[in-house]
Amino acid sequence: MAHLIDDDPRIIEFDVRTDEMLVNMGPQHPSTHGVLRLVLRTDGEIVSETEPHIGYLHRCAEKIGENVSPRQWIPYTDRLDYLAAMNMNLGWALTVEKLMRHEVSEKARHLRVLIAELNRIASHLVGMGAYGLDLGTFSPFLYAFREREKILDLFEEACGARLTYSYLTVGGATADLPSGWLQKCEAFLDQFEPVIKEYHALLTTNAIFVKRTAGIGLLSREMAIDYGCSGPVLRGSGVDQDMRRDGESIYTGMYDGYAFEVAVQKDGRYPRDHTYPTVPSEAILGDCWHRFFVRMLEVVQSMDLVRQAIDRYAACREPLGEPLKLSEKLPIGDAYLETEAPKGQMGFYVVGNGTSIPWRVRARSSSFSNLSVTHALCRGCLIADVPAIVGSLDIVMGEIDR
Amino acid sequence: MADFLIGLGLPGWLAWTVAALVAAVLILNVIAGGALAFIWAERKIAARIQDRLGPTRTGGRFGWLQSLADGIKLLAKEDLMPEGADGLLFRLAPYVSFCASFCAFIALPFAFDVVGQRLNVGVFFVVAVLGLEVFGVILAGYASASKWSLFGAMREAAQVVSYEVPLGMCVVVPVMLAGTMDLVTIAEKQAGWFTNWYLFHDPFTFVVFWVYVTCAVASVNRAPFDLAEAESELVAGFHTEYSGLRWSFFFMAEYGSMFLVSALAAVLFMGGWNGPVPVATILGLSEGTGDTAAYLVRLIGLANLIGKATLGVLAMMWIRWTLPRLRIDQVMTTCLKYCTPIAAVMFAGAMLWQLFLPAGLLPGWRRPPGEVREGWLEGPGGSAVGHGVPVSGIGPASRDVLATRSPR
Repeated sequence: MAHLIDDDPRIIEFDVRTDEMLVNMGPQHPSTHGVLRLVLRTDGEIVSETEPHIGYLHRCAEKIGENVSPRQWIPYTDRLDYLAAMNMNLGWALTVEKLMRHEVSEKARHLRVLIAELNRIASHLVGMGAYGLDLGTFSPFLYAFREREKILDLFEEACGARLTYSYLTVGGATADLPSGWLQKCEAFLDQFEPVIKEYHALLTTNAIFVKRTAGIGLLSREMAIDYGCSGPVLRGSGVDQDMRRDGESIYTGMYDGYAFEVAVQKDGRYPRDHTYPTVPSEAILGDCWHRFFVRMLEVVQSMDLVRQAIDRYAACREPLGEPLKLSEKLPIGDAYLETEAPKGQMGFYVVGNGTSIPWRVRARSSSFSNLSVTHALCRGCLIADVPAIVGSLDIVMGEIDR
Repeated sequence: MADFLIGLGLPGWLAWTVAALVAAVLILNVIAGGALAFIWAERKIAARIQDRLGPTRTGGRFGWLQSLADGIKLLAKEDLMPEGADGLLFRLAPYVSFCASFCAFIALPFAFDVVGQRLNVGVFFVVAVLGLEVFGVILAGYASASKWSLFGAMREAAQVVSYEVPLGMCVVVPVMLAGTMDLVTIAEKQAGWFTNWYLFHDPFTFVVFWVYVTCAVASVNRAPFDLAEAESELVAGFHTEYSGLRWSFFFMAEYGSMFLVSALAAVLFMGGWNGPVPVATILGLSEGTGDTAAYLVRLIGLANLIGKATLGVLAMMWIRWTLPRLRIDQVMTTCLKYCTPIAAVMFAGAMLWQLFLPAGLLPGWRRPPGEVREGWLEGPGGSAVGHGVPVSGIGPASRDVLATRSPR
């Protein structure tokens, strides 16, 4: 009898079992945007489980913040989201100003809008280029960096640094813009506007790009809210929320009088005040394509805001005002403020105890919440989709690990 | 050459060995030299596409010595092998890949009579041997003891094996038109102006050419089909664990194969060494007018073929630096749902065209129909064997069948 079972081809066939394989994607991997480690459980090409491991870039930034004065912590905020350091500076500065009930001059307000929106463009350019890299095309990345480089040149002229600016600070900015800077900025915007069409041709409307992103990594509206997603990830799922419009008054007051429309799909349509490409029929609201597209729309939106800010800043005759002194005492009390950083809602929390050193400092990062959906989005996808999904979340590890 | 050596008094076996060695060394240099040139070209082209300069200093100007400098660096690098690797297979894999790429060159005619070994089944040989390259990749992936390498190898296996099917069907179309598998004869039959190229023979061959291009890019693992080494997913795919000279052998094999499939496209569809304009004929040069003339004709042919193949390689580079990568299921869909059926339909179409419109749509535009049909009945080796010598099996009887079926 035994030999009959051994010879039965069906039994031999059913005896062949495929095993699941655990694969480490990262922390040293070309497509994990820094030092993210994803543990994939794969069955062939299909990923059944994705578990993000974080902590490889932890630098105790928050604890350091409890040992230095708020202005001294500004350089540490640079290193949170190092691709949008200006926005990090701004978030922290506004939080401390909220605690101290300090109001900056009109000129500083417009300068902040100008600089923050310019950095949003730079950050989204990296997000866009790196996403192309994740999908296996190298050239858009360099096209994006070519333009980002010009923004960095502008920043360098304004504050001397190209990555970690420490420019916007508590009470205003460290210095006023040099003369002739606004003209250069306008020249850049004029030159940059047609380049966006190139990006759309290379990525947004590219057939292979659409095939790789449309319908992949679907994040429903409810899920996006449940997981606490924010920024383009949230708006890519069709949730109409932008802290620049819906935030606290100390932040939204900065954008008082600025005209902008939140980049989100409403009633099946995106705000179309520019020549955007149309949404491909394969794309479903909440997929990788929409998250990417929202970012592209925000680039145009930010350009518009920068133009408005240039006019307003140039119209201001009063001086910029001095930033707060390092030894300035913080009042007893606490303050929490969320701002709209390029990656999402960046929250800072500060507790003052009457000295110049805060008693407690805490940062709430948008990338952290955005990354938490990875596990849900990557269930049952292919290995090639993992970089496509994680890339579309546009995370920065400096901000997650702090 | 062997005959010449025998004439000098060498024994036959020695003469043939020497001749074979000389041919092998020449081909090896074509691959190695070609790879150096193409790697440099790819660096410069990629740089220009991406708004960069690329190498500028090595070798004085244009960085033209960059590939050589890279080669020296690779030679000097430590040859690492992962701890759990299967030593023998790990060492063997790059050479298997390279040998496959190299062997296929043997049957590739560079110009009339400039061919390593003229084979009457040249097309078959080239396609078959090129398909062996996948073994090297699978070995590398299996023996590396790395999960990423294994993924790369499995992808390569699935992809290359699938794309062999439409590739084979595309290749069969020119074979059918020429009536022979001999690459030299196929190229010879497209002599004259570029209108004689099989690319412009009929609408079906034109479409089949583009299917061939797609399949060729996929079968040599270039973007957007470079899944086996997809760096954003699989680190470096099958060659993740390779370093130094072994890695460079994979690299050379890749560039060798790129050149080979481009040259094959040139021979099968674009007249081989016959340029778009028959320069040699216009100048009155031919094989018969003397030694110098014969050399010149071959030189022109050589330049033609290498030029066409280089154009193909440059086009592949252009594609690579422009397009994103497809996903594995999309690659398979492209092959099984699009390339294979299209190639099959085009094959059938070309067959019917050959049967009913052998002279083309415009009378007098192409050579007389009788000569075209002659191709069907030639023996292996084509014209070299001799015109009108029927193969046993389809002898004069089948010639009559074809004649009666002719729509004349």
